Amino acid sequence: MNRLSWFNATSLTLGFAFLYLPMIILVVYSFNESKLVTVWAGFSTKWYGELLQNESFLDAAWVTIKVAVLSSTFATVLGTMAAYVLVRGGRFLGRTVFSGMIYAPLVMPEVITGLSLLLLFIGIGLDRGVITIVLAHTTFSMCYVSVVVSSRLMTFDRSLEEAALDLGCSSFNAFRLVTLPIIAPAVISGWLLAFTLSLDDLVIASFTAGPSATTLPIKIFSAVRLGVSPEINALSTLMIGIVTVGVISASLISKRKSVRQQQEEQAAARAA
Amino acid sequence: MTQTVFAPWDDPNEKPLIRFRGVTKRFGEFTAIDDLTLDIFEREFFALLGPSGCGKTTMMRMLAGFETPTSGTIELSGQDIAAVPPNKRAVNMMFQSYALFPHLSVYENIAFGLRRDKLPKAEIDARVLEMLKLTRLEKFARRKPHQISGGQRQRVALARSLAKAPKLLLLDEPLGALDAKLRQATQFELMDIQEKTGTTFVIVTHDQEEAMTVASRVAVMDEGRVMQVATPEKIYEAPNSVYVADFIGDVNIISGKARPAETGTFQLHWADAHAPFVAASDHAFSDGQACHLAIRPEKVAISSERPAEAENAVQGKVLDIAYLGNLSTYHVELSTGLILKAQTANTRRISRRSFTWEDPVWVSWTATAGVLLGQ
Repeated sequence: MNRLSWFNATSLTLGFAFLYLPMIILVVYSFNESKLVTVWAGFSTKWYGELLQNESFLDAAWVTIKVAVLSSTFATVLGTMAAYVLVRGGRFLGRTVFSGMIYAPLVMPEVITGLSLLLLFIGIGLDRGVITIVLAHTTFSMCYVSVVVSSRLMTFDRSLEEAALDLGCSSFNAFRLVTLPIIAPAVISGWLLAFTLSLDDLVIASFTAGPSATTLPIKIFSAVRLGVSPEINALSTLMIGIVTVGVISASLISKRKSVRQQQEEQAAARAA
Repeated sequence: MTQTVFAPWDDPNEKPLIRFRGVTKRFGEFTAIDDLTLDIFEREFFALLGPSGCGKTTMMRMLAGFETPTSGTIELSGQDIAAVPPNKRAVNMMFQSYALFPHLSVYENIAFGLRRDKLPKAEIDARVLEMLKLTRLEKFARRKPHQISGGQRQRVALARSLAKAPKLLLLDEPLGALDAKLRQATQFELMDIQEKTGTTFVIVTHDQEEAMTVASRVAVMDEGRVMQVATPEKIYEAPNSVYVADFIGDVNIISGKARPAETGTFQLHWADAHAPFVAASDHAFSDGQACHLAIRPEKVAISSERPAEAENAVQGKVLDIAYLGNLSTYHVELSTGLILKAQTANTRRISRRSFTWEDPVWVSWTATAGVLLGQ
């Protein structure tokens, strides 16, 4: 192993510091005995206990998860369909407009997306609550899904679909039996992306949430305005923990899979 | 021994399996297929041969149903198939990339088409087993495509496309991805399987050797048109144009003006300072008509003295020698600057070779050795 040059060592330290220092401070203070966030008074897990007693936080957490699961699922279905039409549909009437609109939410300021959705919901007389947040999140996260899925579809060997048609599939069956299983990893990562986007969205949710349903980011944001409490540190630590475990296990699984595939390919090449 | 020669194309009563009738295919401004008329018969191993972009793949994709002709009709067993979608045609295709489904095992890949027909399970099992046997893949049934070698993948693709017992099997550059040795072995395997199953094969290839080896008839294509359709021997020995002669194998082309000589032969006046060459031809050429003599290098002899009885002989000097192991090709430059290739079998060791660079030599051939072509 080469020793790091001083320049590389500095870059590494700076990188780590910028990425992780804020989170480390948050995690450390979540175990603080004192109610004062900035004064260390010894180790304790009591804030975690109190968090579990706090009904309004638990309610908000439940709403957030419900919204995230529902909206990311809808977004995945719609986004995959949109990607498929854009990549495979060839030229059709309104293609340019459609592809422009599908990517618009990526560049549109969230405030504007939120506001326009709010106006729409008021216009059609839909009461704001879980449903409106789900619809709003579906709208903006489906374009992320379609970006992820369409980039996979572009590298997808078209002859696989043709082979399925050739062997007697209808085009829907060719999609269901051949295309979908092969692009599944991209669809799943699209879903995960939509899930996390929904999980941490504050702006659009605050436009479309009603008194009956509050998501966790809204809850945390409004709580922090009254002062940072150690309870919120504890809650945030839990969220960091969940996300970290998720990301690490996902990358471990995919790494093991690709290593195994490589070994099998080498074995096949040797056997030939 | 009486063996009937397989030549349905010579039998006027034979009904072709596929008929192209004035088929044209345009992609925007580009004409991929230009007014093509062609018959392919049952049990044929038909090769479409041509450089890339000559329209051979488009023709195959029209047969499979992935493209529709701009005008003209394509008939399969007497039925116009323009309106039949690919999944309803009794035609299967083996793709250049093999297009094996990576998420399915070898067994499931082969069973894929059968399952779409909702056949009973026992029947599917029996048919897949038969295909695995035919392609010698029994041991690999449970493997995924990435767990087998390139040659095995090629056989899986073949087994999968044959499983539904199609009337017509299309093969798009089926051996392109294999190395030279394996390709040769596989060519014979393909012919064997074609004979065993009695399926009509249409193969697309740019490799003339491959087309010559496997096919009962070869169609040489150029820029959307079929230049010649004939058996491999005819294509090689009696090409109908300079393009075909030049595309298939190595050839010397000598251009000049024809002058009718005694019956069935013509004189080719190719250079003012030289005596004309004599060539036999079934085609008539008018006096003074521009024509080309196409003659294969292996039919040109090389010697140090003028052979006494040679009908055509001309002197030159050795410019280059290409040593191919079993053969040597001599490039002989004539006084006019024209270079003729003469090929000899190396029946002696190379140290005993009679000619070397700059040696003055005679090249000679008979009147029937070459073909006289108008265009």
